[in-house]
Amino acid sequence: MDKRIFLVGRFLLPLLVIGALSGCGGIEPWVKPYERDKLADPIMALDGDPVSTAYIQHVFEAREGARGGEGAAGGGCGCN
Amino acid sequence: MIRRILTIAALLLAYGAANAGVLPDDRADVLYHLYDGGGVEIDGPSVLVRKKVGKSVSLVGNYYVDMVSSASIDVITTASPYTEERKQWSLGMDYLRGNTTMRVNYTSSEESDFDAETVSFSVSQDMFGDLTTLTLSYALGDDLVRRSDDDTFEAPLDRQIYGVGITQILTKNLISSLNVETITEEGFLNNPYRSVRYFDAGSALGYSFEPELYPNTRTSNAVGIRMRYFLPYRAALEGEYRFFTDTWDIDGHTASLSYIHPWKDFTFTGKFRYHDQTGAHFYRDVFPRAQATNFRGRDKEISPLTSYTFKLQAAYEFLRDDGNDTWGFIKRAKVTASVNILNVEYHDFSDLSVGEVLGSEPLYQLDANVIQVYFSFFY
Repeated sequence: MDKRIFLVGRFLLPLLVIGALSGCGGIEPWVKPYERDKLADPIMALDGDPVSTAYIQHVFEAREGARGGEGAAGGGCGCN
Repeated sequence: MIRRILTIAALLLAYGAANAGVLPDDRADVLYHLYDGGGVEIDGPSVLVRKKVGKSVSLVGNYYVDMVSSASIDVITTASPYTEERKQWSLGMDYLRGNTTMRVNYTSSEESDFDAETVSFSVSQDMFGDLTTLTLSYALGDDLVRRSDDDTFEAPLDRQIYGVGITQILTKNLISSLNVETITEEGFLNNPYRSVRYFDAGSALGYSFEPELYPNTRTSNAVGIRMRYFLPYRAALEGEYRFFTDTWDIDGHTASLSYIHPWKDFTFTGKFRYHDQTGAHFYRDVFPRAQATNFRGRDKEISPLTSYTFKLQAAYEFLRDDGNDTWGFIKRAKVTASVNILNVEYHDFSDLSVGEVLGSEPLYQLDANVIQVYFSFFY
């Protein structure tokens, strides 16, 4: 149980920091929005087929001892 | 590792830019899947529907069915072939506020001898002018394991999943993602039907079977990195690597390389995936005697193995979003077909189906084909 509390604490702390520091000034993006046409191409989508990806990950997890660490971070790439 | 990444992420967030994030596209997918190999046939549908409600909420639902007909190596060695059905449904919601997206999801899975419920929550933050997306996630799983041949048997299994992910635009042509995931499990972790074998001089083949017995806890860590690069002509190359380690002493390395090539209204994808792992510390192909160790397992999934997968996929976009043709509210539509050819070489798992005496059985090898056909509609 102590270990769980410790792990949760490690996640809660950054969330508090996010809240406390939101609103601070940004830094200049080094790839401008108008330079992202190639990244916005559908062939560059990290997960363009979520149903298919979820299924095939399930196939591998059922047949191998390893799992996790493969999901896209989500939220898109700001290309839309 | 997680602590270090979180510290860096928290510092990065301090400088987050205030650009608005985006919700996922509205879409519907209807998929048929078929797995055929090793005496096992699994097929069924999967349907996903995602729709925005207002400007800041996106709802998603998924229904998935596995129809299993199994006469696998494990089944024909120590049990009888069977058929069963697994149904899974999930509901989720994305809520966008500024450059932060919050997601909740509930998944329920039911089969005759196994129920699973999972609740997950995640927060994503876009920053650096949307060059970086940081995601923190947590999921809680509550499973119930039963036996179809014993109504009195019922054992719980709890699971917690902690994840940190960063998607990063590195250049005009290169996007990457880094994911770290820790999974802790506590409860009944072994398969209630499977057995281990041990030396038995009194048996005709030289061995007998007894039920397997796993530890009741398992913690695993995985870190994966992906890079996708837009080539000098219109095509993409993706590389992926994952390292996995757990408290059962399974270490795994997974790597893959994909090539994506559009041509007219088609998109072709080729992928090669390689996976190699060590076996669990309590895994043995044959134990020296009955109840030889505190924990014992002979599941081929936790044995040392190497797998190779070759994937070919073709997608045809039959309705384009160019303003000429529309199907009512549907703007874009495509059909995709793919085949994954899977080969698994087991380095310490004997094929007992051949009925050879102990010591002369060949090692088992699995060949399987995974076929998917699906329609995707965007609206």
